[in-house]
Amino acid sequence: MIGALVRRLDRGTGSAGLLAKGLRYVFPDHWSFLFGEIALYAFVILVATGTYLAFFFDASMAHTVYQGSYEPLRGQRVTEAYRSVIDLSFDVRAGLLIRQVHHWAANVFLAAITIHLLRVFFTGAFRRPRTANYRIGLTLLGVALLEGYMGYSLIDDLLSGMGLAIGYSVALSIPFIGGTIGTLMWGGDFPGSGEWITRFYIGHVFLLPALIATLIAVHLALIARAHHTQFRGPGRTERNVVGSPMWPGYMLRSGGLFLAVAAVLVLLGGLAQINPVWQWGPYEIWRSTNGAQPDWYLGWLIGALRIMPNWELVIGGWHVVPNPFFGGVLFPAIVFGVLWMWPTAERLITGDRREHNLLDRPRDRPWRTALGAAMVSWVALMFLFGAADRLLVQMGISYEVQLIVARVLVFALPAVVFLVVKRACEELRRADPPEPAPAKPAPAQRSTL
Amino acid sequence: MTRLALLALAVLALLAGSAAAQGPQKTAGPSGPQAAHDPAAVARGRALFALGCSGCHGMDGRGLPGEGPSLAGAGAAAADFYLSTGRMPLNGEPGSEPLRGEPAYPDAQIADIAAWVASLAPGPAIPDVDPARGDVSEGMVLFTEHCAGCHQMVARGGLVTRGLAPSLQQATPRQVAEAIRVGPYTMPVFPETIISDRQIDSIAAYTELTKDPHDRGGAGLGNVGPVPEGMVAWIAALGALLVVARIIGERAR
Amino acid sequence: MSRLRRAGRAAAAGAAVLLLRRRRRPAPPEQAGGGVADAGGAPPPGGRVLPEGRPDPRAEAGTAVCLVLAGVAAVAFMVLYGVEPDTQALGVALGACLAFLAAAAILAGKRVVVQERHVEERPPMADPAAERRAARILEEGAGGISRRRLLGGACAFAGVATATALAAPLLSLGPGAPRRGRDARGRWGAGVRLVTEGGTPLRADDLVVGSFVTAFPEGAEKEDIASPVVVIRVRPEEIRPSAGREGWAPGGIMAFSQICTHAACAVTLFRYPLFREPGPAPALVCPCHYSVFDVLHDAEPVYGPAHRPLPQLPLAVARDGTLRATGPLSGDPGPSWLLTDT
Repeated sequence: MIGALVRRLDRGTGSAGLLAKGLRYVFPDHWSFLFGEIALYAFVILVATGTYLAFFFDASMAHTVYQGSYEPLRGQRVTEAYRSVIDLSFDVRAGLLIRQVHHWAANVFLAAITIHLLRVFFTGAFRRPRTANYRIGLTLLGVALLEGYMGYSLIDDLLSGMGLAIGYSVALSIPFIGGTIGTLMWGGDFPGSGEWITRFYIGHVFLLPALIATLIAVHLALIARAHHTQFRGPGRTERNVVGSPMWPGYMLRSGGLFLAVAAVLVLLGGLAQINPVWQWGPYEIWRSTNGAQPDWYLGWLIGALRIMPNWELVIGGWHVVPNPFFGGVLFPAIVFGVLWMWPTAERLITGDRREHNLLDRPRDRPWRTALGAAMVSWVALMFLFGAADRLLVQMGISYEVQLIVARVLVFALPAVVFLVVKRACEELRRADPPEPAPAKPAPAQRSTL
Repeated sequence: MTRLALLALAVLALLAGSAAAQGPQKTAGPSGPQAAHDPAAVARGRALFALGCSGCHGMDGRGLPGEGPSLAGAGAAAADFYLSTGRMPLNGEPGSEPLRGEPAYPDAQIADIAAWVASLAPGPAIPDVDPARGDVSEGMVLFTEHCAGCHQMVARGGLVTRGLAPSLQQATPRQVAEAIRVGPYTMPVFPETIISDRQIDSIAAYTELTKDPHDRGGAGLGNVGPVPEGMVAWIAALGALLVVARIIGERAR
Repeated sequence: MSRLRRAGRAAAAGAAVLLLRRRRRPAPPEQAGGGVADAGGAPPPGGRVLPEGRPDPRAEAGTAVCLVLAGVAAVAFMVLYGVEPDTQALGVALGACLAFLAAAAILAGKRVVVQERHVEERPPMADPAAERRAARILEEGAGGISRRRLLGGACAFAGVATATALAAPLLSLGPGAPRRGRDARGRWGAGVRLVTEGGTPLRADDLVVGSFVTAFPEGAEKEDIASPVVVIRVRPEEIRPSAGREGWAPGGIMAFSQICTHAACAVTLFRYPLFREPGPAPALVCPCHYSVFDVLHDAEPVYGPAHRPLPQLPLAVARDGTLRATGPLSGDPGPSWLLTDT
């Protein structure tokens, strides 16, 4: 039966050779390699749920009076966009479930990309021949951040309106071209213009997802071309890949991972409330709420915006660098810039221009690991400070004290973390058993399939 | 600080004489017909005040410089608010933010002290509030316009800078109404011209709703937005998926 | 009731999985050297490509149990969808279905199907011979052209011009610039009355010391960056206006643009302390990034990231007791950009 099927496929498409090769493609089995897959599967779920939501969402800033089934909003002036999301949440069967799955999937998508990036960084998987692919991945992360921001902005609830205002101000703060970028994306002054919603909508449901999907396709194609990296181990060399072939074991296990991602997201979507926009109420330009926060993946930027002293570069009456630039543009640009340039920098520093298919353990490269850890601590500090207002309310820690401490730690923490981690790596290496004799070449068992 | 020490302070205050007030009260002014003061209650209140409050506010309730403000014109509403929420007697340095706690006096004594404070000068009376008369949708709009900037949209409390806007989960409708009219600590005051008595009923209806908000989506996660949501995504979702990844993948290197 | 049954089902499945995990089978054979005939293109006639699987009846049973439970949960989801579409019940039913499927797939992947460890040779990334050949093909394709530079130049010109032309309609999206100066300051001007959100004119005696309210220019679009102002009242003797702003605050009433000069959020936090020294001073605060503006002194920023003061609206009390502007806002409202007029 299977033989007949394959024959038909091959006669029609000539792809049996490719199929056989694909079924034998080898995946190294280490658990830490699976976070990229988790991100991929979260994206699949995002596309599926997002498509469903789009059937019900009305991307319109026209005003209406809410008359739906949620009593505390009845009679309030709202936009059609907001009204359609409330109706979706209250009056569409399974609508709220799917909306919440979509939102949780966005949070998990970005978290999984982040862990995947850290794994790649700390094991040196970004080195040749994967530097280009590493940068594609970084680009993916940046696009995903923008995609998430646009998504929660579209609803036009109180939090999204405040986020739009902040985003617009950050865009304006880019020297010289900020005014053009801001008015181009928002369609005019914000608050005020309602043009933004059609632009954000097409961006969120088509342009950026298409870009993300394309980048993912290239990312995967390049992985398949170079094959996966692997940790050192018996029989593992720079020239081979040891692990499970695609069929049957790996495909089942990876399919199981996809189902597990879906299960976690659906369970969260059903049991844990996320972005209850009926509780935030509709946005008006003169309204705001205390303790407003962006979704987690932009939490580092609100922390950076809040921690900045009120510097603004004004020359001859020209606001060349308005204040939001430092926290909203410069800070993420530094983080992304360092990550982007690191493979080149490491090549220059170490002089090692070879290709590497065997991974480092973090301790094997104390300098890189310490630098990465310092950077993680820097960004984590911003995340923490971004939640300082909630820390005050929940735990009574004075905001003013937190600000002073955070401003000191911005400089002190990365330095301390760098030194501690570097030392720790060196100690760990010293404690390692002496290197075994260089691994003998893998037993001859070439596979040309 | 013991009662004895408070008493000593009160004596000192008497010796010093009634000093200059801290400045006029911010109040919404007398609202409604002033109830005639029950002389017996005022007398009981005066005695309680002398014992527990005069150390900072002076024997005559007109304030002591650097210690406590004058209560002339604060009205029964202010006295009832501060005492029934346990914010007074102040647990901290003068000028520090009074925080909610267990009331130090039983209700009857609070009423007596409020009567004595109300007798000092005309001030806002204890408002008559009933959430059942209010409209929760109107209350939500009013809360957004006037209250959410400090207390957070679902009344979970917020940061004022150099202060804390409390969560309103424990505030009774009466305390909410009193705070609106009195403007405790750094809170602004809202006179009848800005928020009418009828509108206070609506706001109270909304704050009552926030005590049990409509968490249609499941666990409310504190109703404070993305910070706990992000923690759930990282800890619950990625934690679970990490376990799955460890089952699927190879654990040793 | 149904919840109990669901919990029971989950427990049974969990127990099944645990039982199955207890007895680990020996690790799959490392295909070292003389494993299975996997070398060469086609499998030898009659030989195997993959090692032979070893049946594990308990794992198969566990997988089957998981699959059946998944199907049951899926049916439950559909029933709930039709009868009682409660978000939590729907989520648990569908989530359980997916979780059982995941368990089945993982169990099958680890226990039921053939386990093997395979070694694949890694194809070299770069192939110098292929590189040379590709370059030569590209070059030789353009061989025999005598006027390369002319053609190249013309090609570049046509390409850039066409690309620009195709992109030109994007200009219709209106890359403009934020308004500034007079344009930015909206409808405010001498004589404009302040009205509340509901449209009633605001009167001076509507405000007492320590109160605040949002107001708009009468008859203007409320959703304009210049429109909302926050009107506050303090004690007149507290105010320390800078030169030129005397008389802007009749009776201690002041109006400031409500849109924060840092990041455009609405300034909805008015801090008016009962008790000063020690204690905080009166201020307007933006709840987005906690910029603090000293309302007693021109709303200058005193804490947090904001750099510019909130523009002030000069006020007067008309004969009928209503509040009116006596001029435009003192600066551009909203966040700074290159040409903001302070």
